[in-house]
Amino acid sequence: MAKRRAPLFLKRKSYRRRRLRDAARLLPILGGFLVLLPILWSPSGSSGADTAWDGIYLFSVWLALVALAAALAPGLAHDAPEGDEADLLPQARGEDFR
Amino acid sequence: MPFNLLVLFCLCYVVMLFLVAFLAERRAAVGRIGWLRSPVIYTLSLSIYCTAWTFYGAVGYAARSGLEFVTIYLGPTLVFVGWWWVLRKLVKIGRQQRVTSIADLISSRFGKSNLLGVVVTLIAVVAATPYIALQLQSVTLSFAVFASGTPEGWALPNRDATAVWVAGGLALFTILFGTRNLDAKEQHHGVVLAIAVEAVVKLVALLAVGAFVVWGIGGGLGAVFAKIGAASIPDWVIKPDRWFGMIAVSGAAVICLPRMFQVMVVEDGDERHMALASWAFPAYLMLMSLFIVPIAVIGLERMPAGANPDMFVLTLPLAEGQAGLAMLAFLGGFSSATSMVIVESIALATMVSNHVVMPLWLRLAPQSAMSGDVRRIVLLARRLSIIGVLALGYLYYRMSGGSVALAAMGLIAFAGVAQVLPVLLGGIFWRGATKSGAVAGLLTGFCVWAFTLFLPFFGPDAVLSQAVFDQGLMGAGWLRPQALFGVTGMDPLVHSLFWSAALNTAAFCIVSLLTFPGPVERMQGAAFVNVFDADAAGPQGWARGRAEPEALLVMAQRILGEDQALALFEAEARAQGKGGYLPDATPDFVAGLERRLAGSVGAATAHAMISQIVGRATVSVEDLMAVANETAQIMEYSAQLEAQREELTRTAGALREANEKLKQLSVQKDAFLSQISHELRTPMTSIRAFSEILTEGDLPPELVANYGRIIHDEAIRLTRLLDDLLDLSVLENGSVQLNIGLVNLQPLIDRALASAQHTRPERDFTVLRDLPTESLFLRTDGDRLVQVFINLISNARKYCDAGTPELKISVRQRSGRVHVDFIDNGTGIAKQSQGIIFEKFARLTDQSRAGGAGLGLAICREVMANLGGQVTYLPGRGGAAFRVTLPLRIGQQAA
Repeated sequence: MAKRRAPLFLKRKSYRRRRLRDAARLLPILGGFLVLLPILWSPSGSSGADTAWDGIYLFSVWLALVALAAALAPGLAHDAPEGDEADLLPQARGEDFR
Repeated sequence: MPFNLLVLFCLCYVVMLFLVAFLAERRAAVGRIGWLRSPVIYTLSLSIYCTAWTFYGAVGYAARSGLEFVTIYLGPTLVFVGWWWVLRKLVKIGRQQRVTSIADLISSRFGKSNLLGVVVTLIAVVAATPYIALQLQSVTLSFAVFASGTPEGWALPNRDATAVWVAGGLALFTILFGTRNLDAKEQHHGVVLAIAVEAVVKLVALLAVGAFVVWGIGGGLGAVFAKIGAASIPDWVIKPDRWFGMIAVSGAAVICLPRMFQVMVVEDGDERHMALASWAFPAYLMLMSLFIVPIAVIGLERMPAGANPDMFVLTLPLAEGQAGLAMLAFLGGFSSATSMVIVESIALATMVSNHVVMPLWLRLAPQSAMSGDVRRIVLLARRLSIIGVLALGYLYYRMSGGSVALAAMGLIAFAGVAQVLPVLLGGIFWRGATKSGAVAGLLTGFCVWAFTLFLPFFGPDAVLSQAVFDQGLMGAGWLRPQALFGVTGMDPLVHSLFWSAALNTAAFCIVSLLTFPGPVERMQGAAFVNVFDADAAGPQGWARGRAEPEALLVMAQRILGEDQALALFEAEARAQGKGGYLPDATPDFVAGLERRLAGSVGAATAHAMISQIVGRATVSVEDLMAVANETAQIMEYSAQLEAQREELTRTAGALREANEKLKQLSVQKDAFLSQISHELRTPMTSIRAFSEILTEGDLPPELVANYGRIIHDEAIRLTRLLDDLLDLSVLENGSVQLNIGLVNLQPLIDRALASAQHTRPERDFTVLRDLPTESLFLRTDGDRLVQVFINLISNARKYCDAGTPELKISVRQRSGRVHVDFIDNGTGIAKQSQGIIFEKFARLTDQSRAGGAGLGLAICREVMANLGGQVTYLPGRGGAAFRVTLPLRIGQQAA
């Protein structure tokens, strides 16, 4: 079966959109790392954790995740379907590509 | 506050919810949906994740285990923030396949298997029942708090009666607004809006209590912060396994909980809504959790030692004399509980009616798919299921005695529904996942969960005997419910999660790898996994069935209702270019109709009903392959056509070139013929004229001799011309016989110079040579080469117009080829003529017709071509310059 040939290089706009999707995929991984971090702070066996500061930390991470997701959401919501026909790089116009 | 007032408030609130739902339904009914389907409403409706468990239980949880409660909200936060991974795909699939519940999604993905639908329904019902009981319990408890707290000493007469009332009211609301429409995809606007309102109420209530606790009685942020730091929460230490396990299980649950699936995918799934929810829902969760710890700490500090921390949200304001705030908190808790129960029971009822009741009914009365009023039966089944689900919850509440901690019950339910996750993820990302694998995984996970977590929860000797706890099932030590396979020392929840997830996933993967999926499974698998590929629609299952459109219409009317079915059929008929209400039952149409029906009764039932009419239960593997082959063949065919087209273009180009060449050749041939006839006629004319004169006789003998000589000369000229022509034709045909041998270049040039002496012998020519370089052995045809040299030297002798003519002959050897240059010191050949001198009969001047017919250079060119070399004109060498190039050994290409 013939496959659609995917373009190798993209225009600046499409390139940005792809990286936005990458960011959206990476965000939960970053979040997972940050919320699992407290595990390492209090080795089991030690006395009770510092609830106040742990709480401050967790809620800061939480807020940051919400803010990042909010920053990414508008770009992702207006995302075109996966097709990248329009993404073909017009070499002739000499646009910036990477 | 008098208890009666509370009941009155509560009733008012419920009436308001009914009104909201009613107005929303009416608005939607007249088509003014507008903001009813906005992302904000969507996000708010997702808040049913926060049940009474959150509202009351989180504070209790925090009072017992510190910050561990946030894991329940961090899991969903990560899932929503990472919506691009899973939720986006789920929502898209849900919309495309008109999924009615999570059981329907799983059943539809694995070949519309009803068995899977039943298994998932079973898991969901078993896991949700305690959860519903939990909500009933929390409402009852909150009533009790008010009752016992009243100064009048008014005691709640009977907790069970309260629970019955609450359950009954909820059932009424759910049936009224949850089963108005049959098609789940038509959305329960009323219910969703009521939930959204309740979401606001519970958030406002919790924030208000929090604010009151922090600023009202806690003494401001700083003081509360210090108190939190100083508070001694006995169990609070981060246990890595529990921390990780709870984040994972809550993340899984937010996807798999039937009620979450209902609002997230079924009610109003849309990618744009999802984008807002991706951050707004985590923000909502964060706000809900914000004041939990302060409330818990202040509550522990101020409330008497025996107070139930689960009720701090309510009891703190009450104890501080804030009746209004307590009222608000009560409404918040009430909202949390009711919204959860309503949606959960809708979701479960949909599953039960679509996957248990309908298939049973179809099995028992197959003909009624055609005759009975399916619509009424489905709705009835759904209503009965709602009542059944709530009754189960109530029964559970009665049996468990309403004594257990809220949080523990919720977590058990989470772990139960999380068993669906491996199959769900496998189903949407892995085409190799099979139905048998899914059944194996789900059953394994369910059994392990039930054995290690659910049943032990009731305590020793309740369901499982103490002996089983101590010695394992049937005395097998490695089958102890809380130390499976000898793994001891783990937290029971983590232990159960660990083993159920591991065994579930393993069974699912291994059985999937070993079994072969059926055709419908493979079709659905491709459609689910490749849901974002627009062109991956896949083959249609009904390609070869034969369906009577009228029968289809009759059935569709029974499920969708007459108006809707007629509208659907009419639209399709118009799309097919036909009038009336009966379109052709094309495979596309039948598949579309099936999806539409699936939106009402579930994929498995819809499939079964359609197959009753279309006449074939399933599509066969051969059909699938045939369709796939056809597609492949068409693709291949078009690729071939493409290749052929390119080849044709190339051929056409070549043909055009050839045609061009032929035309030129034709012109050349005409010119050649006219030239040659001219060349032949001139001597013939003079021969004829002189021979005529001779035949008349009586001529003086000297004249006769003179004329005879002229005739002879002309005859020689003719002969030479004919010889040249013959030579040329032989050379051009390539059929010349070459006499190849080893020759030295120097004697060849000597011979050529000697022969050329006869051309214009009166001219005195200086020949410049470099003898040592000429001493070069070649393997070629010497005589032919001499012929070329003679020609070139004669030409120089003939046409060199210098006063003291000179001819320079130089020989050079370059990479296996020999260059012999003949350069004279005349004016040379004009640039425009350089291209034609090698053509036949090309003569630059007429003045010195030294007997040549203009064939000399043409012959040279042909000879050299036959010798594997060439003769070219060298421009810019002062005079006329010709270069003869030939290989050292004939037949040898240039290195």
